[in-house]
Amino acid sequence: MRRDRLRRASSRRLPATGLALATLVASLLAIGLAAWSPEPSAEESTPRPVTVGSKKFTESVILGETLRLLALDAGHPARHRAELGGTRILWGALLSGEIDIYPEYSGTLVREILAGEDVSSPELLAAALAARGVRASASLGFENTYAIAVPEPLAEQLGLQRISDLRAHPDLRLGFSSEFLERADGWPGLRQRYRLPQTRVQGLDHDLVYRGIAAGHLDVTVVYTTDAEIARYGLRMLEDDLGYFEDYQAILLYRAELAAAAPAAVAAFRRLEGAIDAPTMAGMNGAVKLEGDSEQAVAARFLSEGLGLAVRVSGQGFWSQLGQRTLEHLGLVGVSLGAAILFAVPLGVLAAQNARLGQLILGITGMIQTIPSLALFVFLIPWLGIGWLPTVVALFLYSLLPIVRNTHAGLMDIPVPIRESADVLGLTRGARLRLIELPLAANTILAGIKTSAVLNVGTATVAALIGAGGYGQPILTGIRLDDTALIMQGAVPAALLALGLQGLFEFAERWVVPRGLRLQPTGGARADAGHDLASPRA
Amino acid sequence: MLRFEGVFKDYGGTPALAGVDLDVAEAQTTVLIGPSGCGKSTLLRLAAGLIRPDRGQVWFEGARLDAANLRPARLRMGYMIQDGGLFPHLTIRSNVSLMARRLDWTRARCEQRLAELADLVQLPAAMLGRYPIELSGGQRQRVALMRALMLDPDLLLLDEPLGALDPMIRFELQRELKAIFARLGKTVLMVTHDLAEAVFFGHRIVLLRAGRSVQQAEPRVLLDSPAEPFVAQFVAAQREPQRVLLGAGG
Ligand SMILES: Nc1ncnc2c1ncn2[C@@H]1O[C@H](COP(=O)(O)OP(=O)(O)O)[C@@H](O)[C@H]1O
Ligand SMILES: [Mg+2]
Repeated sequence: MRRDRLRRASSRRLPATGLALATLVASLLAIGLAAWSPEPSAEESTPRPVTVGSKKFTESVILGETLRLLALDAGHPARHRAELGGTRILWGALLSGEIDIYPEYSGTLVREILAGEDVSSPELLAAALAARGVRASASLGFENTYAIAVPEPLAEQLGLQRISDLRAHPDLRLGFSSEFLERADGWPGLRQRYRLPQTRVQGLDHDLVYRGIAAGHLDVTVVYTTDAEIARYGLRMLEDDLGYFEDYQAILLYRAELAAAAPAAVAAFRRLEGAIDAPTMAGMNGAVKLEGDSEQAVAARFLSEGLGLAVRVSGQGFWSQLGQRTLEHLGLVGVSLGAAILFAVPLGVLAAQNARLGQLILGITGMIQTIPSLALFVFLIPWLGIGWLPTVVALFLYSLLPIVRNTHAGLMDIPVPIRESADVLGLTRGARLRLIELPLAANTILAGIKTSAVLNVGTATVAALIGAGGYGQPILTGIRLDDTALIMQGAVPAALLALGLQGLFEFAERWVVPRGLRLQPTGGARADAGHDLASPRA
Repeated sequence: MLRFEGVFKDYGGTPALAGVDLDVAEAQTTVLIGPSGCGKSTLLRLAAGLIRPDRGQVWFEGARLDAANLRPARLRMGYMIQDGGLFPHLTIRSNVSLMARRLDWTRARCEQRLAELADLVQLPAAMLGRYPIELSGGQRQRVALMRALMLDPDLLLLDEPLGALDPMIRFELQRELKAIFARLGKTVLMVTHDLAEAVFFGHRIVLLRAGRSVQQAEPRVLLDSPAEPFVAQFVAAQREPQRVLLGAGG
């Protein structure tokens, strides 16, 4: 009776491996697409929605929140895509229309974004921007420029007052934000101008710089003049005696068409011109970074105290926020992984069928894997914009290698006698693949999918940098605010999700991998002697 | 039935077959024998269309074996190799009836044929629901034979079918196989490296050496009148254990 049921189950299992895989993919895609809800499209009659962008440092996020609240107050639906990586991502998103406005600094605009163009007069600058469909506001009233800073005791001990004084101390350890280290108006130019001899130069995240200083790993760093940490960590800003650092006035960059499409919003934004002085900005930065206020609350307080606007502040509960991030993360992982399975398994099959093609396929997918994730995201932005789509595409590309490689290896590992037995039986190539080879390789293929899934959950956290949300958002904010609890709010669920997916696939194994492959050999030799000698003919 | 005409086969520079002519007689068992590496398996794989000759031709049932008629030809062949080549992920039932099911045999017809074959090869019916890994080596070879016989082929190709078994089981299966071949009247082309097995099964024995056929004859003739010294040497080498034993005893 039992055996009979088992037998029927196993004869039905012939096409079951394919079916099971297909179900798996379908459910991944379903999870992903269900989790991803596209932004509601604007109706004709409602006011134009305004999307604000900000860079991934506190001041930019506060200004972004301020802009969002202003747009809301002006009657426009508004959305803030906070903490999008760096200048390139924001500028690209502005040009492509994925954001309408973001806070920028005049020096960055002139020396970085429009580097190599003649923008020496305000008219030339406006023309260069207009050619790109962009306008700039006047200064918001404060400057946030780079300054070179040294811990007060060290500055005292070495007698450091001006940047030129650094020249006499070649052994000092320098640590700069990665952006400063690379950009044209950053470290390379500074070193040249001041003929600085230091060779121990390290690049790290701006938010980690202060921790490096506090821990004594660094002697000299670069700060923004409105950073609240300068006072907190007791740093001395060195005088820019050769006048290297340019003017970095805070400005707003917005799309020219916004002025026509949402004049009320633009008018509201421009109320910020000249409205924020440096102490005010540093105070707001400090409130967020040192006192733990939310950017939204700080922005609202400024609007009511500085501009006399009463804005409503809406908070989101911990669980609803966690739920939303989980959905975002699942959306990214589900769709990219599902699509990768659909694409990578056939690629692996192809690679196993033709050695030369196989080398090519494995070579290319391997090469993709070596591209740093942030670089790949940025690379995709010109085509795919920011947010969900480029992230899914990047995660999809990263998911290919483990699946392709394992499919290829699983098929290549099938013993030649088995493959040839299938041929001589008269099975066609397709039937051999479907009925014999894929089921035999199922275990290995599934292991590849499992690897991809776990990597995918991890890599997806980086996607917060290009506005895809998910568990990366609190991690990003936590790093920025030096808030370990906040980092955990992203890191713990991400780890749990990875574990959960792994468990899911382990469960799927029972179902995808044929039973005959899961059995352990039970002393074949014993059974051999036992049965055959006892058989009636012996 | 099956004929090789001047067949050459090279594996990247080393000749595996250097001009073999061979006629496999209908309803008889032809045994290929010779030292390891002489090309026995290569000849069998040519017959199954797993590889193609560099020169020369393979004829099967009056037609040249080529890509166009390979599949129908294979449905008329049964193939069995040393460790069975069974599919580990399928039950014995599915292993044996896989191709018949692909050819749209009804379930009832499959079951009937399975029962016949299980009876023929002395496999307990209870084993049909098991997986290959749950069977002994001898049982696996019986299943491999069932699979080879399922579609009632005209030609059986066997590459050292009993090579992996221990001597007692091997001895038993030899006798059973021979009885089955005699009963079914199949054309059999079998590879072995064991002269005693060749003599036991073969209506004709083909002795190969370095890719060439040295002698094709009935067992008696091969033993009594070797065509060249190599044949005599080969025969003598295989009799060595007996000679030693007899010498020691007498
Ligand atoms: N796939 C292969 N690639 C390269 N050489 C092979 C291959 N198969 C067989 N050979 C070589 O061809 C010769 C004949 O092999 P084979 O027919 O398997 O010999 P046997 O008589 O032992 O069955 C041997 O020298 C063997 O090494
Ligand atoms: Mg061989």
